[in-house]
Amino acid sequence: MSNEEIIFYFVAAATVLGALGVVFARNVVHSALFLILSLISVAGVFVLLASEFLAIVQILVYGGAVTILILFAMMLTRVRDTEGAKMNGPQAPIAFLAAVTFMVTSIVAITTTHFPGESEKINVIDVNSIGDKLFTTYAAPFEIASLVLMVALIGAIILARGEEGE
Amino acid sequence: MIPINHFLVLSTILFSIGMYGVLSRRNAVLILMSVELMLQAVSINFITFAAYLDPSNATGVIFAVFVIVVAAAEVGLALAMILRFYRNKQTANVDDADMMKW
Repeated sequence: MSNEEIIFYFVAAATVLGALGVVFARNVVHSALFLILSLISVAGVFVLLASEFLAIVQILVYGGAVTILILFAMMLTRVRDTEGAKMNGPQAPIAFLAAVTFMVTSIVAITTTHFPGESEKINVIDVNSIGDKLFTTYAAPFEIASLVLMVALIGAIILARGEEGE
Repeated sequence: MIPINHFLVLSTILFSIGMYGVLSRRNAVLILMSVELMLQAVSINFITFAAYLDPSNATGVIFAVFVIVVAAAEVGLALAMILRFYRNKQTANVDDADMMKW
């Protein structure tokens, strides 16, 4: 077992642990903290895949902004830990069955497929080619992404502003 | 070196856990967090295929960048809607969003 595999197992265990904590935690704030662990571990997976630029972007955007937003929303819509507030709905066992079925089917499909053109090692995708592609081939989605962000900003301000006279 | 199956299996496990979280949790913010998990799994999948199969074409990485952009926009809008809903009903439980039922 090479060194990269050991590191991969470590990072993958942290990711899956964080994901299980998000879904199964009793306290909602604990779920948010487990989500932070999972997002940082996914950044570690990106580093293993030799795309460090995306790992840094992941930590900045997800770990910095999205989790703060989620924690703020959790503070403002404070769920009282009352006895009547159930954590899971009544369809939780069926959801578990569906998730396990999907996972088993996909893992069987993955391990029995030989991907054509597969090389044994991870090739580095350098930032130059990402920037090059982003401004030449994918220039239109780039501009549309800025439009998406602007629409989201305006929409969030209007939605959260409140009625007149408040 | 790490075989490609390891990353794909990790992505599948993450996606399934996120799917279970979306289907079974009752708080709207928790559902949003599970959706974020599913988006992470999709990003891992894209970058894995870009790194292993076709590194000259950086499409997978660019797709992951756009997934991050759209996910950030979606989180902002979804949380604004949850805040609005909380202002009306004083709860963030999606079971109480039944005002349009017959």
